[in-house]
Amino acid sequence: MTNQAENHRAVSQPRPTPARFSHIALAHGGGGQLTDVLLNQIVMPRLNNPALSQLLDSGMIPGGRFALTIDSYVVQPLFFPGGDIGRLAVSGTVNDLAVCGARPQALALSMIMAEGLERKVLERVLDSVATTADEAGVRIITGDTKVVGHGQADGIYLTTAGIGELTGLPVPHPDHVAPGDVLIINGPIGDHGLTVMLAREMPEVESVLRSDVAPLNGLIEKLRCAAEIMFMRDPTRGGLAGLAADLAARTGWRINLEENQIPIRPESKHAADMLGLDPLEIANEGKVVVVVRPAEAAAVLEAMKRHPSGRDAKIIGSVTAEKDGICVLHTSIGGWRVLQKPYGEQLPRIC
Amino acid sequence: MISTDQSAEKLLERLRVAAQAVKEDIAFMEVCGTHTTSAFRCGLPTVMPPNVRLISGPGCPVCVTSQGDIDRLIDLGSRQDVILCTYGDMLRVPGRRGNLETARTRGRRIEVVYSSMDALKRAIDEPDQQVVFAAVGFETTAPATAAAVCEAQRQNVRNFSVLASHKRIIPAMRALLTDEEIPSIHGFLCPGHVSVIIGSEIYRPIVDEFNVSCVIGGFEPTQLISSLLCLTELVLNRQTALVNQYREAVRPEGNPRALALLAEVFEPGDARWRGMGIIPESGLVLRDKYRHFDAVQRFELSEPDEHEPPGCICGKVISGAALPVQCKLFGRACTPVSPIGPCMVSSEGTCSAWFKYGRSGHLNLSCTHANEPQEVLP
Repeated sequence: MTNQAENHRAVSQPRPTPARFSHIALAHGGGGQLTDVLLNQIVMPRLNNPALSQLLDSGMIPGGRFALTIDSYVVQPLFFPGGDIGRLAVSGTVNDLAVCGARPQALALSMIMAEGLERKVLERVLDSVATTADEAGVRIITGDTKVVGHGQADGIYLTTAGIGELTGLPVPHPDHVAPGDVLIINGPIGDHGLTVMLAREMPEVESVLRSDVAPLNGLIEKLRCAAEIMFMRDPTRGGLAGLAADLAARTGWRINLEENQIPIRPESKHAADMLGLDPLEIANEGKVVVVVRPAEAAAVLEAMKRHPSGRDAKIIGSVTAEKDGICVLHTSIGGWRVLQKPYGEQLPRIC
Repeated sequence: MISTDQSAEKLLERLRVAAQAVKEDIAFMEVCGTHTTSAFRCGLPTVMPPNVRLISGPGCPVCVTSQGDIDRLIDLGSRQDVILCTYGDMLRVPGRRGNLETARTRGRRIEVVYSSMDALKRAIDEPDQQVVFAAVGFETTAPATAAAVCEAQRQNVRNFSVLASHKRIIPAMRALLTDEEIPSIHGFLCPGHVSVIIGSEIYRPIVDEFNVSCVIGGFEPTQLISSLLCLTELVLNRQTALVNQYREAVRPEGNPRALALLAEVFEPGDARWRGMGIIPESGLVLRDKYRHFDAVQRFELSEPDEHEPPGCICGKVISGAALPVQCKLFGRACTPVSPIGPCMVSSEGTCSAWFKYGRSGHLNLSCTHANEPQEVLP
């Protein structure tokens, strides 16, 4: 790691005016700073409890044996290169369990459909749900179906809940992260969000980009055999920037990322430029960032590379002892900049 | 012309050597929002020689739009009988009565588009609705607006109009050079995308009249550094010149097709800029034969009141007369989550870049003491 940013001193944070709002805006659902505002102002004051306040991808059911998670999917278009809403709904929920150290056991699937949805669209979506569930080794054991009037929903929305068994190993948690730890990612960033955005916003543009949407429980299982994982999370909405900034804030340590080491496809970079977006802030659906002790980094990297979902794995950064809770990106020209959690979603409905 | 076939390290080293030889503080100004964000994104402010400053000028299209124009746009977007199509950056710019995002949460039809043609398509798809395209931007986006207007004319689309606040960069550069409040600059880093359209030769009168260098640069880190190196070497050699460092994209005469389209639909007119007042010939107004596509005329909009949000110094930030951290609101009352001025909202805004990439503005990224990030707030 370079030492350029070492001289930053901890300074008193400004006290920004809290964002006031009277109606929900699209950006409240973007998984960025404005989602935090929504959670802090509305959700947490009403629903808070020790399990929810952890704000992990899954909640731990008291007793310590099971984890529970739920996610809704409203992606548009329903089908995109590399995936579809069905594959997304299974993978997203499986991954939310797996990154919390739980083995996915079973899923529940809820469908909200708009009157007029074509039968063959529904069949295609459910075929994809079935295939992806097979791939992840889970079954859908319950579900629900609702239909709303024409125009009251857009095609089909899916919600999946999942239950996973905790393995007895420590649950990966930001509290376990310490200076010296190393961050590893299993492959190139930006594929999913950019694929969906291109498919929706610029359908005339031909691109070889494909979504990376995939269940990662198989890969994560292998990694947990290889080493103790201190923390892991899938960089979905908010992208790698959101994940790293959040981790820095929650641990209180500085997270350093090396721009040159972060894998990204040239075509993703090009697409992001065209859309005026930063690939670091783009959602991924088949990526996981793991944080491990430095002595175990090589073993984890090897284990990743041996797995089909981790062939392009890279060590992308480290945790250092400055107690400023910020994420610093060391840029390719030897400079640096701060990485923050994005404000909100300018382009909604990517998952 | 400096070759960009060298590594960023090599170019930076040459920049440091040249800057050291100059022996005085020098300042260059970029007038392009994409240059602002590209420079911050690659960490350029943190590796600049201590005596070289890169000041952000009026290059962010959303930021330079006058408050009156923004209020008018938001008022139009708040009408029930209008579908307003806008570029995403405009959504959250605050007006006197909320912003377009809040109008949308109240059920108004505000649609984010990537091009003017998407807006025209919306008008064709929904012939019973009035569709207004919020046309902002410099000569980069103006040809696309012109193309949509031409197409609307050809297809006789009667429910399409544009609320145009397009700007021309050359008159703004002239205004900056004659404004005494603006710090003196040793050269312009001229915009890459705009120059693709307007060409490089158009800057020559500025170089000759004001004795100031103009270097047109691209956006990759090596392109940015080589342009700054070029400017610095010109200072060192006591020369002024027009240099096109972005020849792969910019031709001397620009893009004749785009320019012809612009000239067909628009004519230069006086325009009001935030913080800079009315600059003669700095705007683009629809020619008479296309005037029926002007939303101002169609909706009989009155001349807007001009005002600035209280305490906001975006006007000064835009013209390079003040740094974001000199604003009392910066990072306190005004943040990307609850912005007061446009420079904090737009992804190309100077305040946004300082806040976002410089740890909420606490680290001074003003390029003056770049390698020793320092606190600038108590």
